[in-house]
Amino acid sequence: MSAHDAGIVGLMLAATCAGALAGEDVRLKEGPGRDIVLGSCSACHSTDYIQMNSPFMKRAAWEATVNKMIKVMGASIRPEDVPVIVDYLTRNYGAE
Amino acid sequence: MQGRRAFVKSVGAGLALAGGAWMAPRRSRAAGLPQGAVDAAVLDALPGKRALIRHSLRPPNYETPLEAFDSILTSNDRFFVRWHLGNIPQVDPHAWRLAIGGDAVERPLQLTLDQLKQEFEPAELVAVCQCAGNRRGLSDPHVPGVEWGYGAMGNARWKGARLKDVLARAAPRGTALEVAFDGADEPAIERTPDFVKSVPLWKAQDENTLIAYEMNGEALPHWNGFPARIVVPGWTATYWVKQVTAVNVLSAPQGGFWMSTAYRIPKRKFPVIDRFVSQETAETTPITEMVVNSLITNLADGQKFRKGSPIAIRGLAWDGGYGIRSVEVSTDDGRSWQTAELVSDLGRYSFVSWQHAFVPPEAGTYAVLAKATNRQGASQTFELIFNPAGYHNNVVQRIQIQVG
Repeated sequence: MSAHDAGIVGLMLAATCAGALAGEDVRLKEGPGRDIVLGSCSACHSTDYIQMNSPFMKRAAWEATVNKMIKVMGASIRPEDVPVIVDYLTRNYGAE
Repeated sequence: MQGRRAFVKSVGAGLALAGGAWMAPRRSRAAGLPQGAVDAAVLDALPGKRALIRHSLRPPNYETPLEAFDSILTSNDRFFVRWHLGNIPQVDPHAWRLAIGGDAVERPLQLTLDQLKQEFEPAELVAVCQCAGNRRGLSDPHVPGVEWGYGAMGNARWKGARLKDVLARAAPRGTALEVAFDGADEPAIERTPDFVKSVPLWKAQDENTLIAYEMNGEALPHWNGFPARIVVPGWTATYWVKQVTAVNVLSAPQGGFWMSTAYRIPKRKFPVIDRFVSQETAETTPITEMVVNSLITNLADGQKFRKGSPIAIRGLAWDGGYGIRSVEVSTDDGRSWQTAELVSDLGRYSFVSWQHAFVPPEAGTYAVLAKATNRQGASQTFELIFNPAGYHNNVVQRIQIQVG
């Protein structure tokens, strides 16, 4: 093993430790639809994205965001879950 | 809202016409970060990094704290981190290959890291790498995205091969129009568009555009694109593709979400000079060079000072590579301005550091403003030029300090 490879291993160990210490994501607010939001959004990104983008988006903006995630980013979200997600985001992280 | 929008629009038009020489309102207005962004942010150290402001965990988006900007070069372990896609591999430098291809080259080729380092004359330059969305979180009204404050930027000494030398070996055809870059990072799910960015051929062939393998005298940190990234001095960081694995010379415009939809600004709203003609539509253009900007690095809002002691005001200024001509500081909320001293010069793509000594005449509250002007005569705005993605925010900072 070269010195460089040793460095890589060291880095990966560090990554594991950091993940255990600081890896926890924000806890989304309790409310109807929370589990569906977690299941739909967390496949691709951490949920701090949701809190970070709050509370300034109205329903239409959250709806546009969810639709962008489906149509542009390819998120697999069932059509019947979309209004549940938009309701949850608007109620808990929206501007209304 | 209608009135304010109309005003913003007219300010934008005035800038385009007068090149920045317009009458400014005295006060600078900038919104604070969204409350949710403040609540979500934590100080957190990625492996190999010191603590940065974490905005998101996955993909990782980490901002450089203000105190790191008290030095003109931003250290590698405090350099901001910005990724779009969830899967960021640890790249094995021995297995890494850079493929040069595309429909507009005669001789596609592959390079190892050693070849990149040894077969091309190394070039070195200092350049600011600033996320197009730096200060997005200060947009008024707020817009969705990573809600950056002031620290989605850094200044480093980059060393690498000139992209034009590498391209020459692949023998571009006369039809070459754009050069596209792809990195080793991948989306979390297959249907998400891969992050592929292109620049016009003329910018790719600029002698300052690099395939960089060193940053401040060291290998690039993993989080900043090890083993090699594209460096496009003067242009926003969206083009500085990290972990670059493919460079494709194209005779048709690069498509895809990250070119056709994202990283676009309304045309004619900003005083920028570089154009990306092959990607322009009737309404929008890809963002190109950075607008002139400055940052006060050693004062905080509400900071208290003793009466009678001089206060050193320090900061940075930068632009899209035309060079900073002057920085002016106001300590009376914009009623009068004094020329700051420019301290260092590491080249036209670098931060310029500046300082200004101020002795407050009496106790009270002082609003400190700083405003940079580049060699094109372009300056910062006092009122945000609103755009839906929150790009090009160079609103003059206003920091209130207490003297008593």
